Amino acid sequence: MQKVVKQRMMALNGDEAVAWAVKQSNVDVVSAYPITPQTLIVERISEFVHNGEVDMEFIKVESEHSALSACVGAAAAGARAFTATAANGLQLMFEILYITASLRLPVVMVVVNRAPSGPINIHCDHNDTMGARDSGWIQIYTEDAQEAYDSTIQAFKISENPEVLLPTMVTLDGFFISHTLQNVSLLPDEVVHEFLGVRKVPKIKVPEIHGDKEVPLMLNPRYPLTFGPLDLFDYYFEHKRQQIEAMMRAYKVIEEVHREYAEISGRSYGDGFIEPYRIDDADVVVVGLGSTMGTTKTIVDELREEGKKVGSIRVRVFRPFPRERLKKVLCNFDAVGVLDRGISFGHYGQLYTDLCATLYGVKDAPAMIDFVYGLGGRDMPPKLLKKIFEEVLEARVKGPEPVFRIKGVR
Amino acid sequence: MAKEFVPNIRQLPKFMKEDPGILPGHRACAGCGCAIILRQLMMARRKPLVIANATGCMEVVTTIFPYTAWKTPWIHVAFENAAAVAAGIDAGRNKLQRSGRFSDDPDVSVDYDVVALAGDGGTYDIGLQALSGALERWHNFLYILYDNEAYMNTGIQRSGGTPFGAWTTTTPVGSKIKGKPLTKKPIVDIVVAHRIPYAATVSPAYWVDALKKFRKGLETEGPAFIHAFGVCPRGWRTDTKDTIKLSRLAVETCFFPLYEVVNSEWYLTGPSLTIAKNPERKKPVEEYLKLQGRFRHMLLPENKWMLEKFQELVDENWEIILKRAKNV
Repeated sequence: MQKVVKQRMMALNGDEAVAWAVKQSNVDVVSAYPITPQTLIVERISEFVHNGEVDMEFIKVESEHSALSACVGAAAAGARAFTATAANGLQLMFEILYITASLRLPVVMVVVNRAPSGPINIHCDHNDTMGARDSGWIQIYTEDAQEAYDSTIQAFKISENPEVLLPTMVTLDGFFISHTLQNVSLLPDEVVHEFLGVRKVPKIKVPEIHGDKEVPLMLNPRYPLTFGPLDLFDYYFEHKRQQIEAMMRAYKVIEEVHREYAEISGRSYGDGFIEPYRIDDADVVVVGLGSTMGTTKTIVDELREEGKKVGSIRVRVFRPFPRERLKKVLCNFDAVGVLDRGISFGHYGQLYTDLCATLYGVKDAPAMIDFVYGLGGRDMPPKLLKKIFEEVLEARVKGPEPVFRIKGVR
Repeated sequence: MAKEFVPNIRQLPKFMKEDPGILPGHRACAGCGCAIILRQLMMARRKPLVIANATGCMEVVTTIFPYTAWKTPWIHVAFENAAAVAAGIDAGRNKLQRSGRFSDDPDVSVDYDVVALAGDGGTYDIGLQALSGALERWHNFLYILYDNEAYMNTGIQRSGGTPFGAWTTTTPVGSKIKGKPLTKKPIVDIVVAHRIPYAATVSPAYWVDALKKFRKGLETEGPAFIHAFGVCPRGWRTDTKDTIKLSRLAVETCFFPLYEVVNSEWYLTGPSLTIAKNPERKKPVEEYLKLQGRFRHMLLPENKWMLEKFQELVDENWEIILKRAKNV
């Protein structure tokens, strides 16, 4: 067990915490376009670069589409690449999200969750990143600025692991976290450098072209490779299958990286995938993502004082979805309330449908209710959360119907 | 800029045999002018190339997993972002060179020229924003537009590069509207407006001129742009044996003048300079048009106005270039 290192405490908001993580992570190329509420990330990184505090190339692109495209080019050239965006910016990248994952390039992107237009809105909900959940990126939803910092550093190590080689998206809630000051513990630069090193390019065999030689998987005149060829029905599916399998291998890597980081920093978030809170003897729990789950803990404490056996579970990693963990833990409860800060129009919230799929056919599966809340940054006051807990407790007796409930809306 | 590169016809075959850059056996159509452009680019190399290719004909014909015609590092990402991908490669290369990360690794070289390669659709239309951004940011790369004047890969749909009057599948020759009613976007003007250090036009018929310009583009510090004329027998409805003839006639009729723009100063080159000095050598554009099925309707008596208008457009454009050219 490694000793926890001494750390520096700084008052940072979520965006600044991310910028610090990027500064310390030996990033070679940043390519980003400003969008509220992500702007502080690009502003701080620009300051670091313009003051010579960090040696990286910062491409100030003309659009998010180019932001991610340039990251793809840089990563294929062998560099460690980072970008950050939100909502409409993420949507403009949509085409390249899939291509980044398919090219198996370990790009890291921070998305400051913001409601997608329209109508145009700058505040938090999760519909932006939920829209990208099927693009082949690992998705980590963080609860506060500290976790955003920690997860950004971890993301490089996860993505670059040769067993994984998939891009990672780290999210934080717009304004609630991005613009809220918090005490954040920063690891010393050299500790992060040692944890991550510089980007190592994996080696592969391409017998048809380079014989038995193991060649670096990058754009490299010594051993030329072709990235992104036409790929029709005779091989495309095999490449998709490799992506499916890489995502499955990511479970282990995410867990290891989280544990290794915890040993150095002294900070962990549940087992890295889900963060249960006071669930041991709970009758009901509320499950959700992001900053709301901080408030939820407070409500759990209050209700516990009233003698109610409630708990909460925060889902931290959404892709790959921690289905085995959730299956195991959720069967212990009579009823589960799912908090969705997103909606699939014509269906339920995204977390709810994934949990239903996870628990389908499982003996002793709990009654489940979907609570859609907080779209466009609508507040989730403690009072409303308490009401949600009460409704979940009621469902133990009355059953879960109606399973779809919209909360905090006129 | 280094000493001027003069292609040596005796050494080129050996050079191309030892290090072809692009291999034969790809699936370009017979008579494809764009495939010739790629070979000529390879002949002009001073060091290895890393190519970012937009979606389009050259991407599709040179690769299909598990085959590739590229013997040089090559990446295709999407349609509209060749310039942005090249920008990322440029930035990555800069950082890796500066840090010396691979300086002790015999298996890796980060000493190469970056080329973005895109067709007319990927340049005039969907890729214009990424191109403009990359030029403004002054990336060190050469952007090559291979212009076959329509979306040939998807089946001959009109683009911003399709000339006036041309038949395509989305500008059919109807009873009311005959071919494309609009003109070709002046792409080099748009690019030169970014005040980049080097831009040029090339036609594969004039290979020495083309090789010199490719080489200058590769040697340029900062962004360079080359507009290459790419005959498409399938889309233009031309005989495959006429590709080089058409590449020559386009220049001889001044439909596609050859010039270069160095630090915003225009210079005619090769046969275009000769025509500028001997205007009687300028051929009527009909000679160029009549070999192409896509302009067939323009040669009918009832559409004579179209032929006349085409000639006017060519003359206007030529006059503009003559006025700009410093060496006339």
